[in-house]
Amino acid sequence: MKLLKVAGSSWLPVYAGLYLVFLYLPVLLLPVFSVNASAVPVFPLKGLTFDWYRSLVGNDALINSLWNSLIVGVAASLLATVLGICAARAITRYKFRGRRPMTAVIMAPLFLPEIIIAISLLMVALQMGLGLSLILVIFGHVLICLPYSATVLISGFEGFDPAYEEASADLGETAFGTLRRVTLPILMPAIISSLLVSFTISLDEFIIAFFLSGTEPTLPIYIWGQLRFPAKLPGVLALGTLMLLASLMLLTFAEMLRRRAARRTQIDGGFHA
Amino acid sequence: MLDTVSAASKPMIEISGLKKSFGTFEALKSISLTVREGEFFSLLGPSGCGKTTLLRLLAGFGEQTAGTIAIDGQDMSGWPANRRPTNMVFQSYAIFPHMNVEENVGYGLKRLKLDRTEEQRRVREALDRVELGALGKRRANELSGGQRQRVALARALVMRPKVLLLDEPLSALDKKLREQMQVELRHLQKAVGITFILVTHDQYEALALSDRVAIMFNGEVAQVGTPKDIYQNPVNRKVADFLGGMNFVNAELAEENGVSLTLDAAGFGRVRAPKPTGFKPNGRNVTLGIRPERLRVLWDDEQAEHQIAGQVIDRHYFGEVTQLVVEVPGFQMPLAVTETNDFGADDIPVGSAIRLAYDPDALVAMNE
Repeated sequence: MKLLKVAGSSWLPVYAGLYLVFLYLPVLLLPVFSVNASAVPVFPLKGLTFDWYRSLVGNDALINSLWNSLIVGVAASLLATVLGICAARAITRYKFRGRRPMTAVIMAPLFLPEIIIAISLLMVALQMGLGLSLILVIFGHVLICLPYSATVLISGFEGFDPAYEEASADLGETAFGTLRRVTLPILMPAIISSLLVSFTISLDEFIIAFFLSGTEPTLPIYIWGQLRFPAKLPGVLALGTLMLLASLMLLTFAEMLRRRAARRTQIDGGFHA
Repeated sequence: MLDTVSAASKPMIEISGLKKSFGTFEALKSISLTVREGEFFSLLGPSGCGKTTLLRLLAGFGEQTAGTIAIDGQDMSGWPANRRPTNMVFQSYAIFPHMNVEENVGYGLKRLKLDRTEEQRRVREALDRVELGALGKRRANELSGGQRQRVALARALVMRPKVLLLDEPLSALDKKLREQMQVELRHLQKAVGITFILVTHDQYEALALSDRVAIMFNGEVAQVGTPKDIYQNPVNRKVADFLGGMNFVNAELAEENGVSLTLDAAGFGRVRAPKPTGFKPNGRNVTLGIRPERLRVLWDDEQAEHQIAGQVIDRHYFGEVTQLVVEVPGFQMPLAVTETNDFGADDIPVGSAIRLAYDPDALVAMNE
């Protein structure tokens, strides 16, 4: 038993180190090759260049797809979060018939292969005679974001003392005023997390966007298209590096916001209701 | 304490035939009560007796199954919580965590659309009233339990309600602070003159604070009266037991008239006691009670007109008082006697013979 412990304590860091290298080394290669003065991403490096970044500027197709992705991401995360708030509130606050089945239905997209969702949505859209468009992509993304946003928001609502809302009503505030002045501000950390998670999922989602976007490609679809031309690969690497930076910044910013909101709303220990 | 609220002052709350059921569970079974303007009224009872349900119905949280509640002459049926002239201090205080103290206190005023200076003046006044003037900018998570409680009070009082509802407001505080807040709460109520309804399971709190107390069991009001009245003349064994220690003695009914009972009890002989309200004789058996502190130890050859003899079988030391357990021949249960320690009651050896003096007026007859 003791031997096992010793072995564990010396091997665990090695295992963890290897794990991290395999996980993140490929990601680190991205920025390295994006400034390499060669069209082929192999060692040894040829020299420093920013040509690949320059090639991105003024690339209308790229800008367009980036714009499409942002529209879809913002719309899908907002919609998923609004729906998530409604669902989380209902699930945590009220006991009603069909509460558990409803929760299961909301969570179902987690277990359904995305390709199935994509094909079904495509069939429905075609049957209904709807043209393929970003709007369909947004709906598809709401569907797959909702389980995540609902999970984040349900845990937020579970820590929310219903007496806050009663106190607000008791002090003369209407139901809507209570939502605006008490419920939403207190739940802000969970809401920010939900927006962030949904936006990230939407931004790099490929299959649904591929099936439903028609002639308006999102960023992942644009990148996939570029990969067919070896000469374009370094440009994709540069773009990938920029996206990596952007997502790091977004994550940091959102985490700062979330922590600020959490600090303002947290109730310290030593208090028992 | 009743003199502070004259019996002539107008009724502020009139509850009649109030019932509340949750599914098949009857939380309140036909409650009727009147609370006068400016009264400090407590709802006292063990958990699950319906006192909080009653308070929440007054506040407008939930709807009664039957019966009516009128506040200041106005029937409240169908009035939502945000339109009622009541404000509540919640058990958890529910201080909004995303606002500072001033914003919390000014929360309800925002809807009244007062001008800025008037609003600030009222917030200031309310904070000064609870002695929190210096902490206006503090956040909820920077406050102690006692300070939170004051914020909750100020936030409710600033609305100038006709009735202030307090849901176990002191139960989250430690003993020392709780006793201090009891005094302050009483002074505050006198100063603002608003009708207070306090829900508590702590009998000492209810006795110390209230003008009148309603004691509740199983969704029913067992007795309403001044603290002294319900403590000294409990209507039944349950009420007597809940309000502190009580020695119960079986007695036999000898005579009954409109106001009093004549009883024969072992050890006490023939006694007369006021008839409890709603008295129903159960054969000839009547329960007689005497509080442990109404029995006094007789020292050496000291004599008293009314005395009873027994043997000390146990002794409990409580600091300022000692409780003796005394076995008396002919009694089913030993008597508990509470004696202050100034004369050495804490030194009386277990097993010694003892004589106790009592005042026959301290004996109360009770329903089962």
